[in-house]
Amino acid sequence: MSTRTRAGLAPAAVIVAALVVWELAARWDVLADLFSIKDFLVPAPSGIAEALWEDRELLADDAWVTLREVVLGFALAAALGVGFAICIHLSETARRALYPLLVASQTIPIIAIAPILIVWFGFGLGPKLAIIALICFFPITVNTLDGLRSVDPELVKMLRTLGADRMQILRRAELPSALPYAFSGAKVAVAVAVIGAVFGEWVGANEGLGHLMVTAQAQLLTARVFAAIVVLSVMAIALFGLLSLLERRVVSWREPR
Amino acid sequence: MLTKSGAPITRTPTSSRSDPAAGTPRGAVELRGAGHSFGDLRALERIDLSVPAAGVLGIVGPSGCGKSTLLEVIAGLLEPSDGTVAIGIATAAEERLAHCALMPQRDLLLPWLSALDNAALAPSIAGASRADARERARPHFRRLGLGGFEATRPAELSGGMRQRVAFLRTLMAGKPVLLLDEPFASLDAITRAEMQAWLAGVLAGDEHAVVLVTHDVEEALYLSDRVAVMTPRPGRIAAMLEVPSPRRVDRAAAVTSPEFVALRERALRALAGEAR
Repeated sequence: MSTRTRAGLAPAAVIVAALVVWELAARWDVLADLFSIKDFLVPAPSGIAEALWEDRELLADDAWVTLREVVLGFALAAALGVGFAICIHLSETARRALYPLLVASQTIPIIAIAPILIVWFGFGLGPKLAIIALICFFPITVNTLDGLRSVDPELVKMLRTLGADRMQILRRAELPSALPYAFSGAKVAVAVAVIGAVFGEWVGANEGLGHLMVTAQAQLLTARVFAAIVVLSVMAIALFGLLSLLERRVVSWREPR
Repeated sequence: MLTKSGAPITRTPTSSRSDPAAGTPRGAVELRGAGHSFGDLRALERIDLSVPAAGVLGIVGPSGCGKSTLLEVIAGLLEPSDGTVAIGIATAAEERLAHCALMPQRDLLLPWLSALDNAALAPSIAGASRADARERARPHFRRLGLGGFEATRPAELSGGMRQRVAFLRTLMAGKPVLLLDEPFASLDAITRAEMQAWLAGVLAGDEHAVVLVTHDVEEALYLSDRVAVMTPRPGRIAAMLEVPSPRRVDRAAAVTSPEFVALRERALRALAGEAR
């Protein structure tokens, strides 16, 4: 057995044990009795699995909508974030003018402005993209900026004696050095992007997993709500994995660990 | 092709840039009463130095004596607070920068480029296509004992090989003045001795004016025509030693000869502040 397989065994065992306990607790109505919840509101893992299968078409349609929002919103945030970081890095004036705004953007309570965004932009894609981009923008920008600044000042001196101008130093030293940092920011961002999408749909939408969860909850279909959560988690993990894979290919000079 | 294999790299203006060396046939370095201060800290005091083209000047001194500052002043990365610095007829910082190539203490190879692309950085920055830049670096790669490692990433090279690539990168800048800042300080003693013999071979018959900064007295005396001994706070030249027969092929014989040992003693006494 490889060390990797063995390393994956422990968490798998914990998950299986937790599922078994949950299944038994739900079957014997332990939770329902303990917290005096109606027993049909506490779905067993088997019930959730059943919902996943029975509602597969519904879930797939809504997952597709959410995935599209996440990918577009994330791409928008990545493009803006990297551009913003480069501007701030190159110009002291831009840094002084924009950096406080960048930090301020993170103090905006999304919960408060999401309904306003819905009022402004309607039930469509617009407000979801705005919410996702607003959440993702910050980690990408801050990490990329740190990466651009991480370049050894001795390296910059050396490049200058080789005749490099400001833009060449950016292209040949600073941008490649910033790549691993930008990927770290992007991985944080993509995980929260899924939360942002669900939130946007929760506040106002007529499709997407967030919308599905709202309607299922209203109908007391708790197993379906859990099924939607499972799909969302899988989506976030898959996107994270995809980015990690891309990172390993692009940042190939980093020693493998 | 620049040169046939085996010939030293000569100053070659790169095609897309006007030749900054035009009108300055030789890259002689002249410092007259040069000093530098960082605020209240006096880093360099009244430095007089001259390095003829094709000459090698060694500068030895303890850590913190201003050796690296001196190199940066020569290179045009810093302006002297007083006195003058000239390379040929160039005195302005930007002009000096156009005449000097600096090899830093750490190799600072770009980890995402192959060894060959690292060596070919200067022509590439000057606007040569990637293929063209590689073709220019390739023959020198073999001459410097790097053949077969063209596609290797820096992380997979040994310390000595990395310094060779860094040296070639400096050479490929095609500048008349080479400034070497403790080039072998990060290597173990055995590899360092090998690299000194290697550099002696490379510099033999070379046209560059070379300033070699080191804290290793033996290295300076073996590789240089003249050695300036610096003392710290403020950085001053305490003694100037002429080396009668530098860069001999047999390094072990050279550094154990009586005259070398005597020179070494003089240098060490000057470093200790006993200059007469």
